[in-house]
Amino acid sequence: MHPTLPLALLCLALAPGAASADEYAKLLLDKSRVEFTAKQMNVPTDGAFKRFKAQIALDPASPQTGTARIDVEPASWDAGLAEVNEEMLGKNWFDAKQFPTASFVSTSVKALGGDRYEARGKMTMKGKTRDVVATFLAKPQGTNLVLTGSFPLKRLDYGVGTGTWGDTDIVADEVQVKFQFVLAQGK
Amino acid sequence: MPARYTRTAILLHWLIALTMLGLLGVGLYMTDLKLSPAKLKLYSWHKWAGVTVFALALLRLAWRALHTPPPMPQAMPAWQRRGAEAAHAVLYLLMFIIPLSGWLMSSAKGVQTVWFGVLPLPDLLAKDKQLGHFLEEVHASLCYGLMALLVMHIGAALKHHFIDRDDVLTRMLPHR
Repeated sequence: MHPTLPLALLCLALAPGAASADEYAKLLLDKSRVEFTAKQMNVPTDGAFKRFKAQIALDPASPQTGTARIDVEPASWDAGLAEVNEEMLGKNWFDAKQFPTASFVSTSVKALGGDRYEARGKMTMKGKTRDVVATFLAKPQGTNLVLTGSFPLKRLDYGVGTGTWGDTDIVADEVQVKFQFVLAQGK
Repeated sequence: MPARYTRTAILLHWLIALTMLGLLGVGLYMTDLKLSPAKLKLYSWHKWAGVTVFALALLRLAWRALHTPPPMPQAMPAWQRRGAEAAHAVLYLLMFIIPLSGWLMSSAKGVQTVWFGVLPLPDLLAKDKQLGHFLEEVHASLCYGLMALLVMHIGAALKHHFIDRDDVLTRMLPHR
């Protein structure tokens, strides 16, 4: 065996996983947010998930290699109203005890031109999985990359807000999920 | 000097009176409810009706600016006239500041008011939990004040009708 072959093989083996110089994959959690807007009686109502984890990698030069996995704790949601927060944890809504995490796992990322990108993936909540498409902006900010975007989902697809809450005249089916993830370069 | 209120004034008086009584009743009832679709519905209707009272009160103020209300009965002592004038002034004030305090409270609690689900009112305050709680107490206190004043107002109207036997009540009743 040629003495340099093992080294070459090692380089090959590492190549797909190795971060290129321009890949951003280090999440700055305290600068990141996962929020949502739901409509009750046609009134937009905002809230945020206080606890979530995310593994995101994006190289603006080759977005198709980008990946994302985001795990949100429904129990950490805050709409600013105590009785609403409490109700949301119950069986009709997130059933947070039974289903402590809601996840998004990307299946593909592509550039839409300019700073715009599209991520397709699977959203799993309350044991039900649906395809979702999120569009987002990725803008450099200092040495970081800031991803901001949103996607709509239909809460009833996931059985969120059942029973008497199933009436979409009171709480609309469509919920807008909004996010900001700040990534630093490197792993 | 006119002896009676105009049809417009009478219509506005009773529209506001009925809406206001409904609002007070619903307001007392809904706040103790457990969160449910029905509660959200009641809150929305309460807010819509409250904004409506504010709008009707503006019309009443415009009516007052353009008309002289019928004079009080000659037989009324001066202190009663002054008392009646003061009570009416405070009633007018409350028709404006109670809806206003509710609107501000909604803003501070982060729940915008969208009139009849169609017309969004601007949020005059940013979301602020403590301020929201404070405004809730202000709104409730003003409403208890209104209730006390309404008891006086209705009591005085009945006293004028049944004891003084003057036209103070009848001139505000619908007529042909």
